[in-house]
Amino acid sequence: MPSLKDLRNRIASVKATQKITKAMQMVAAAKLRRAQEAAEAARPYSERMATVLANIAGAVQGSDAPALMTGTGKDDTYLMVVCTAERGLCGGFNAQIARLAREHIRKLVAEGKTVKIICVGKKGYDILRRDFQSMIIDRVDLREVKQIRFTDADAIARKVIGLFEAGEFDVCRLFYSNFKSVISQVPTAQQIIPAAAEAGEAEEAAAAAQGGAIYDYEPDAGAILEDLIPRNIAVQIFRALLENAAGEMGAKMTAMDNATRNAGEMIDKLSITYNRQRQAQITKELIEIISGAEAL
Amino acid sequence: MPDSFKFELVSPERLLVSEDVSSVVVPGTEGDMTVMAQHAPTMTSIKPGVVTVNAAGGGAERYVVFGGFADIQPESCTLLAESAMRVDDIDRDDLTRRIQEAREDVSDAGDDDSRTKAEDYLAQLTTLEKAILPA
Repeated sequence: MPSLKDLRNRIASVKATQKITKAMQMVAAAKLRRAQEAAEAARPYSERMATVLANIAGAVQGSDAPALMTGTGKDDTYLMVVCTAERGLCGGFNAQIARLAREHIRKLVAEGKTVKIICVGKKGYDILRRDFQSMIIDRVDLREVKQIRFTDADAIARKVIGLFEAGEFDVCRLFYSNFKSVISQVPTAQQIIPAAAEAGEAEEAAAAAQGGAIYDYEPDAGAILEDLIPRNIAVQIFRALLENAAGEMGAKMTAMDNATRNAGEMIDKLSITYNRQRQAQITKELIEIISGAEAL
Repeated sequence: MPDSFKFELVSPERLLVSEDVSSVVVPGTEGDMTVMAQHAPTMTSIKPGVVTVNAAGGGAERYVVFGGFADIQPESCTLLAESAMRVDDIDRDDLTRRIQEAREDVSDAGDDDSRTKAEDYLAQLTTLEKAILPA
C-alpha cells in the first residue's frame, strides 16, 4: 500500500501530464484547421490538373506517350514512397500507414519482385527500418518544414523521376493517409508511375463532359505531356503530404483527447484511494488515543 | 457573341483568381498571346512571365507566374501555374534566388540538351526581372 505522500506525488504528476496533453490537444486543433485549409486550397489545382491531363492523354496515343505514363513494360522493381508524420503521439496514425506499406512490400517480395523504399517522414523510417533496412534507399526529412509547400513535394518528385529515368524501378507506389474526417484517416496506396490506368478512366469522364473538344497544342501535345506528367507526379505527392499533415493533426487531436480523459479518470481513482487512506489513518489515530485514555 | 469568359488562375497552394474577364494576356512558351472569349480550344505551356487579367467590369490585375499550363476553351480559360503571385507581392529576394539557381543549373548542366533548357529558363527569368522591377 503506497503511503499518503506517494499518492499525493502521484496525483500531482498525473495532473501535470493532463495539462500537457490538454495543451497538445488544443495545439493540434489549431494546426488541424490550418492544415485542412491548406488541403482544401490545393484541391482545385489537382482537380484541374486531372482534367487537363485527361484531355491531353486522349490526344497523345500509343507510342508517343512518354515512358512515365506507359511504364517501362516490366514490373520487376517497385519503388515505395511511404509518407508518414515526423512526430509521434498521434495514435495509430503512423503505424497504420507503415502496416499497409509492409503488407504491400511482403506481398511483392513473395512474388519475387525487387522492392526499394523511400521514406518521407521520420516515423515511417523508424518503423520500416526494423524489417526492411536493406531496401530503404533514401529518406526525406521534413522536420524543419512548418507548412508544406509545393517546392517540398517537387523536390521529392524530382528524386523519384530521376530514379525512374536512371532505370532504377518500373512501378512507383505512394503510401499516405487519406484525410476523411477528424476521426477517420484511411491509409491509402496509390500508383503514380505509370499513370496510364488512372488517366484512362479520367479521360473518358472528361471526354463525356466536354463533348470531345479538339484542341490546338502549343508547342505540340507530346512536348506538353512530357512537361505535364512530372508536374502531375509532384502534384500527387503534394496532395498526399497535405492530406497527411491534416490527418496527423486529426489523429493527434483524438489521441490527446483520449489521453486527457484517461488522466482525468486516473486522478479520480487516485483521489478516492488517497481520501480513503487519509480517513483510515485518522480513524486509526483516534482509536489509539481513545484506547490510550481508557487504559488510564 | 459574349464578350466575357471565366478565367481561373490556380497554383498548387491555392486558387488565386476565379472571375469573369474580358481578356487575358498569357505568356506562352511560343510567345505571348491575348485570350478573349470564343477562343479556339488550345493548350499551351507557359514560360515565366506576367499574366495580365482584364476584368469584365474594367480594371486590370497583373500576376507573375513561373511556368505552367493554360487550358483555353471558348467559355473558359484555366491557368495552372507552378507558382503565382501578384506583381505587387513579388518577393525580390525570391526572384533573385530563382535566378541564382537557374545560373547554377546552367553551369551544372551535363549535356547540351539540358544546358539549352537551363539557359532558356535563365533568359526568361532575367527578362521577367527586367519587366517587373524598375531599374
